[in-house]
Amino acid sequence: MGSAAGPGNSGREASWAGDANRALNRDKSGGGKATLLLLADGRLPAGGHAHSGGVEEAVTDGRISGLDDLRRYLEGRLWTTGAVDAALAIAAWDLGDAVPLPDAAWSRLDAEAAARMPSPALRAASRAQGRGILRAARRMWPTPWLGDLAGIHPDGPLSAPALGAAARAAGLEAGDAALLACQNATTGPAWAAVRLLGLDPFSVACLLAELAPSVEAVAAEALSQGAGIDVAQLPALGGPMTDVAAEVHASREVRLFAS
Amino acid sequence: MGSGKTALVAALARSLSDERSIAVVTNDIYTTEDAEILRRAAVLPDERITAVETGCCPHTAIRDDITANLDAVEALERDIPGLELVIIESGGDNLTATFSYGLVDRQIFVIDVAGGDKVPRKGGPGITGSDLLVINKTDLAELVHADLAVMAGDAARQRGERPTYLISLAADPKGGPVAEWVRRELRSPACIAVAGR
Repeated sequence: MGSAAGPGNSGREASWAGDANRALNRDKSGGGKATLLLLADGRLPAGGHAHSGGVEEAVTDGRISGLDDLRRYLEGRLWTTGAVDAALAIAAWDLGDAVPLPDAAWSRLDAEAAARMPSPALRAASRAQGRGILRAARRMWPTPWLGDLAGIHPDGPLSAPALGAAARAAGLEAGDAALLACQNATTGPAWAAVRLLGLDPFSVACLLAELAPSVEAVAAEALSQGAGIDVAQLPALGGPMTDVAAEVHASREVRLFAS
Repeated sequence: MGSGKTALVAALARSLSDERSIAVVTNDIYTTEDAEILRRAAVLPDERITAVETGCCPHTAIRDDITANLDAVEALERDIPGLELVIIESGGDNLTATFSYGLVDRQIFVIDVAGGDKVPRKGGPGITGSDLLVINKTDLAELVHADLAVMAGDAARQRGERPTYLISLAADPKGGPVAEWVRRELRSPACIAVAGR
């Protein structure tokens, strides 16, 4: 890579091969708490930092101007988007790591997930994040089925199923996948609000600490509904404003976040 | 800000697009500003210029989490068969802006004479670690009372063996020496970064 490699020798190809070789010499993935924390870390290079979870548009149109608004926004998002994402992540985890991958089941899950996101802009943003999650997961836990998964979704999987697949590849449990989905639904938007509004980061950290039991509760509820249910029966909670605002955001000339 | 990053990207595209299949990715703070400047300059067809959003953190997008840029490069590779050179322009305007070598093969750091002749002495990762340091706007040296010999000497001390070019893109809009460096340094396919102050 770079100066260390020969002129024009793209570092990207070389590192893929290197990671695959290392994987051959490694036992089963860890799947412990440290692995879960790693996947939940906002510094994980999976592209999440460029997405505000709708907060940028809510700040622009005046729905979020301070901490109280942010609290209401995050609670609403957790019990709608968070709950749906948790269910989708569990369903993806449940499809497992069989090789060859059950294409039809994955396509059906993708269709069900997409149907829960009426805004094309939101779906595009979700697929961009799904590509990022899958890219990172394939480097961190290289297994053939994650590659197959990328093949089934040429534009990228939606973010929640991608998270479920990453959790599975990392050796985590279905409940961990749900927890990650709920955590992502709240922390990403919360830190975006800090950047956009200059909020006191300690106040926002406080808010997230207060929300933590709810994050656990939503994840636990998704898990209790069980892996293995028909994907058409998965929850379909949402707010029309989320989709309308995402479309307005995508049409704006000045934008700091991708969504 | 204003050191000539976008001007250098345009210069390289002008010089090299006859020889290689080129595309550009911009990392502007405000989404599409630099991409629009390049489109208006008409140095490349629209489909060869992509802008990525950086979520208020342009440094993160080129260094810590390069996902959006990798995604953009791979989309260009898919859409433009035979693509040979991608130029990625940073949106982070200061001396600590530096690219991950997981994203690019070489990086060029641009400062300008009008920013003051003490800048090379201050150092920082862009000044010391970039593969090529470009000091632009030598034509303004007299007007801003900058001593080019001091700048060149300080840059050499900071950079050891790494090269520094003093140029004027106003006088040479094709950035001749820099384009020549890229030709020498990089076989295709490759990614090259342009960061700066």
